[in-house]
Amino acid sequence: MKEGYTLVYKRPDTLLKTRMHYCPGCFHSILHKLIMEVVEEMGIQNDVIGVSPVGCSVFAYDYMDVDFQEAAHGRACAVATGIKRTLPNKPVFTYQGDGDLAAIGLAETMHACNRGEKFSIFFVNNAIYGMTGGQMAPTTLEGQTTTTSPYGRDPKNVGYPMKMAEMVSQLPGVAYCERVCLNNPVNVRKAKKSIRRCFEIQAMNLGTTFLEVVSNCPTNWRLSPIKTLDFVENNMLKYYPLGVKKDVTAENK
Amino acid sequence: MEADVEKKIAFMKGNEALAEAALRAGMTGYFGYPITPQTEVIEYLCKAKNPADDKYPKFTVLQAESEVSSINMVYGAAAAGGRIMTTTSSPGFSLMQEGISYIACADIPCVIANVQRGGPGLGTIQPSQGDYFQSVKGGGHGDYKLIVFAPNSVQEVVDYTYNAFDLANKWMCPVLILSDGAIGQMMEKVVLPEPIPARTADEMRDEKPWATNGKGNRKQRNIITSLNIQSDAMERRNNELQEKYRKIEAEEVRYETYKADDAEIIITAYGLSSRVCKKAVDIAREKGLKIGLVRPITLWPFPTKIIDEFAAKPNVKFFIDVEMNVGQMVEDVKLVVNGRKPVYFYGRTGGILATAEEILEQIKAKM
Amino acid sequence: MAAKGLVEISVETCKGCGLCVHYCPMKCLAINEADTNSYGLHYAQSVEPDKCIGCANCAVMCPDGAITVYKQSN
Repeated sequence: MKEGYTLVYKRPDTLLKTRMHYCPGCFHSILHKLIMEVVEEMGIQNDVIGVSPVGCSVFAYDYMDVDFQEAAHGRACAVATGIKRTLPNKPVFTYQGDGDLAAIGLAETMHACNRGEKFSIFFVNNAIYGMTGGQMAPTTLEGQTTTTSPYGRDPKNVGYPMKMAEMVSQLPGVAYCERVCLNNPVNVRKAKKSIRRCFEIQAMNLGTTFLEVVSNCPTNWRLSPIKTLDFVENNMLKYYPLGVKKDVTAENK
Repeated sequence: MEADVEKKIAFMKGNEALAEAALRAGMTGYFGYPITPQTEVIEYLCKAKNPADDKYPKFTVLQAESEVSSINMVYGAAAAGGRIMTTTSSPGFSLMQEGISYIACADIPCVIANVQRGGPGLGTIQPSQGDYFQSVKGGGHGDYKLIVFAPNSVQEVVDYTYNAFDLANKWMCPVLILSDGAIGQMMEKVVLPEPIPARTADEMRDEKPWATNGKGNRKQRNIITSLNIQSDAMERRNNELQEKYRKIEAEEVRYETYKADDAEIIITAYGLSSRVCKKAVDIAREKGLKIGLVRPITLWPFPTKIIDEFAAKPNVKFFIDVEMNVGQMVEDVKLVVNGRKPVYFYGRTGGILATAEEILEQIKAKM
Repeated sequence: MAAKGLVEISVETCKGCGLCVHYCPMKCLAINEADTNSYGLHYAQSVEPDKCIGCANCAVMCPDGAITVYKQSN
């Protein structure tokens, strides 16, 4: 506390003091921080259960002070189904990257959303596989170079990038679906509100809540953190437009 | 028969009896996928959840989109503190191996049943015993074991399934009921066990303080993981698992011997094969041949001690192992016998069960 | 006149990503190119603290939660 000053912002206590291993400027850490802020503000730290993926955020449970389960690659939505069906009164969320959710886990993701499983999915889309060293993801942009698309992603050969928020929003079991970004303070504050909305709608038992978070990867995009902001704004957001794709609570107004 | 918690004696199909036994054991969650020859399990459980009159309010059944998904739902639900089961048949069991490796490494108690069918590949829906290796040696990656029960009757399916949940809790590991398509489909008289009421959320929380059910007023959060990225942590985990397995080997071996005390020829067989072999023993005894059967009931932990005893007996001339595969358990028999006596093998595949006479012919040819 | 706002940046937690510097509307912050923390990273620091308005954009952006922000009480 400082005499003569009021506190405007400090990191949430629900975010453990363990140093996060993410690269400097990686949006994963921002998202971890936001989720934990929301958990703290909503007072659900003692109830919530998270499911971590395989990918850069495999160690999410080292940073978030809540009960956690580690899922096999792609299976977080199945694991979360098991948890929520066993503990229907506890808030449950998955935290997944683009390989985990849209490649190996696509079936589990789509079916959980189709069933309207009552947990929240936080999907980090940075158009690349980070942990394994920068391979192409289902969300890699056309023409984007990765280690498995060294000449740029060629849609004629490997298909177009997948727009998960749009696909998921078509499923009747989904209660809330939005795409957000963490590329500037305005968007970060907006994203925090969206995270909270997901947990609120989860608590209403209306169905699956899905938040796609357009993110960066300084190391594998081969860009400094500040330069990644250009790629996010000029490339990612042009293909992955932000906004609410579905909101059953708004439809009834 | 439909789920009926009142019935004490019934004439039931193996798969349905498995489902009924699990319900009576206070199962709280079942996640599975249809596959012949065991689809009756999930059908029975889905029928039991009648929305107009739900007699099992604390039980959830969900048809998953695949076996891969099923085993991961089991992981999540069991790690959250539930009494959880899945069932499948051989090709589905292959799909579950990754999930089983994760469950075993993370010390998660759960029950799995594999109602074996012929393989390899898509195979046939006929029964087989072709998944012994996969079940006992670890079909998934890494060094782990499952406690494996091999019932040979519908009654045994009921008894072992009913006890499996508590046994899994005792050892914090998966328990596998290794059945086959014939046992799954056959109908026999069963005595059904007393139903245990399903646990409430508070009871589950008290019983399993390690489960991820919300931090509550615990000081530390609970983490269920099989990730041990540092070498010393991975070695430590492996050593802990091995320590646990040594204890299980000391306490949980089950087997049956049949007319083996004075036998000169020992048949080893499990599950369905063991029933035909019993008949072969009876026919042989009528003819004055001293043949007996050693039937492992737990395939892991394997009954090494009893087989070792017979291998050491001077009057035992040889062993013959009979399976519905091309030779899997026979390797474990040979390991224990360790060259002291010949160990022969006779097997049929494709769902074909050797007759008692056929087995006796094989034995006579070796005499 | 004292600044409206005050930021504290944890030298050891900061990874020097520069997002706070980039988004400070008053250009109060800069990366210390001359010094590193114990991880070998050039950390951010407040170089024009008098200009700080306590908007907390820096802290909101900071991926590592390295920044605490205060505002004058009156």
